[in-house]
Amino acid sequence: MEIIMAFVIGLLFTAAVYLMLSRSLLRIIIGTGLLSHGAHLLILTMGGLDGKAPPVLTDGVTDFADPLPQALILTAIVISFGVTAFFLVLAYRSYQELDTDDISAMKGGSEDDE
Amino acid sequence: MNNFLLLPIIIPFFFGMILLFGQKSLRFQRGGAMIGLIISFACAVALLFKVKNDGVQTVTFGGWPEPFGITMVSDMVSALLVTTTLLLAIFIVWYGFNSIGTAREHFYYYPAIMMILTGVNGAFTTGDIFNLFVFFEVLLMASYVLIVLGGTKKQLAGSIKYILINVISSALFVISVAYLYSVVGTLNMADIALKIAEVNQPGIITTIAVLFLLVFGLKAAIFPLYFWLPTSYAAAPPPVLALFGALLTKVGVYAIMRTYTLFFIHDLSYTHELLLWLSVLTIIAGCIGALAYFDIKQIIIYNIVIAVGVILFGVAQMNEDGLTGAMFYLIHDMIIKAALFMLIGIIVYKTGTTDLRKMGGLMRSSPVLGWFYLIAAFGLAGIPPLSGFVGKLLIAKGGFEAGNLGTSIFILASSLLVLLSVIRIFIYAFWGEEQPTKPILSKKQTTQLFIPTAIVIIISIAYGVGAEWLTPFMNDAGKTLADPSIYIDAVFKGE
Repeated sequence: MEIIMAFVIGLLFTAAVYLMLSRSLLRIIIGTGLLSHGAHLLILTMGGLDGKAPPVLTDGVTDFADPLPQALILTAIVISFGVTAFFLVLAYRSYQELDTDDISAMKGGSEDDE
Repeated sequence: MNNFLLLPIIIPFFFGMILLFGQKSLRFQRGGAMIGLIISFACAVALLFKVKNDGVQTVTFGGWPEPFGITMVSDMVSALLVTTTLLLAIFIVWYGFNSIGTAREHFYYYPAIMMILTGVNGAFTTGDIFNLFVFFEVLLMASYVLIVLGGTKKQLAGSIKYILINVISSALFVISVAYLYSVVGTLNMADIALKIAEVNQPGIITTIAVLFLLVFGLKAAIFPLYFWLPTSYAAAPPPVLALFGALLTKVGVYAIMRTYTLFFIHDLSYTHELLLWLSVLTIIAGCIGALAYFDIKQIIIYNIVIAVGVILFGVAQMNEDGLTGAMFYLIHDMIIKAALFMLIGIIVYKTGTTDLRKMGGLMRSSPVLGWFYLIAAFGLAGIPPLSGFVGKLLIAKGGFEAGNLGTSIFILASSLLVLLSVIRIFIYAFWGEEQPTKPILSKKQTTQLFIPTAIVIIISIAYGVGAEWLTPFMNDAGKTLADPSIYIDAVFKGE
């Protein structure tokens, strides 16, 4: 099972890198989404996929899934939600201000310092 | 009180919360921020002396036994860094009063600064690798807000690059933590150090060590990973730039220092040799950048890269002299970078340009500024009574002890290029014919900016002259870094 997961995660990373190297800002943000999916699945896989029962205390059950990686993923998910929401609004603002979503065309005026 | 070491993290957080209210009242915002910073600085100083007298302070949340709860550890390294952070924050916030502009102050500038300090102090104090990730995100989120606040075109373009590179490095951090967890099965830093010593450094640990270098190197801007830094930092307004230049890359440097002196110490010939050569290449790349530009912001920004290289060169030696020197140089660099960014901020506000070729003759209109700049420049290059000297001396001594003769001489020689890069600013901006200027701020406002700047420079002079007085603190820090068992024993003191 871990081997299959490793291949799937590798595929997610490949897609993420490909998207993040493109020019359109929206494709880049989709790439960061895939990257964080890959990272979260990787934590789950690296914690081991062998536990049978969900990590909730029940009488007579001894074979629990490792609860720690699940807590780590939950933390990492909300953090990447926050960052992605900020990033999307930033992309919207910069589309309004700079009139482009081409990352290589984004060069702010050098003299608007204050 | 056992929870005392949490105060420098909690107080900025608390005041950040309070400052979310009363958005439009400038007096409340400024006063609240200042009071919060001064109280937390006082706590940090008290903590520093407590660590000096009673040894490493630790607290584990929730009363859990040691490797299971989140442990916060305040040893001399983190106590010194926390104190310096809060000290500089006071003056940078003061500097912002007259320069950041009321529009930004009305839109949560001070809460963002308080959150960035929460994140930085938390990252310096935590003893848990995943908690370090969370504190990194706290400080990064606040830094995204600060870098884009104001919303000029330049800021928008610069912050997209900054956020993208940090999203990627955060994902890499999570991945590295996942790998490390699968090998050692723990997240507590002291426990990780013990477990890694037990598994006897298989190849996978070396791989994880390099991954961590990649992650923290992206945050700290070391050689092949520094390309995001110049464009994104140049977008920030001067007070924010001073805060970033003084604090943010240093958190990455601290994380490399911590992991490479606590965890990955069993295959020195690979990991620390890599760190050594990367730090040398970082210095070369930084020197090229610092000499290539006529833009004063870029020159000082590339000097951040150089300093990161020098500090990591000290870390790579893995002996007490090298590590003590790295600590000396790290604190020196935080102070002097804050001072230099504040100074060039004043120059930009006075002349209305960042281009050196359009400046000249400032010595006639503002001689005091010129002399203070010269002192800061000499301090950066490490001319003896000033602050950069002791650190670089100890780093070179550590390098000679470890047998790295050529590279140590190179570190000393690089000081000449650093001096050249900052003296070039002095020659172009202060000497020569007076050029027409279009000041951004009035003369009265720039004079008020000069007061906090001058105090930071005086602190840096005192840091150099009073090096003897600071040596016991720095030796303690160097000892804790050189001997991980001090840290591990402090965390597991109950057993």
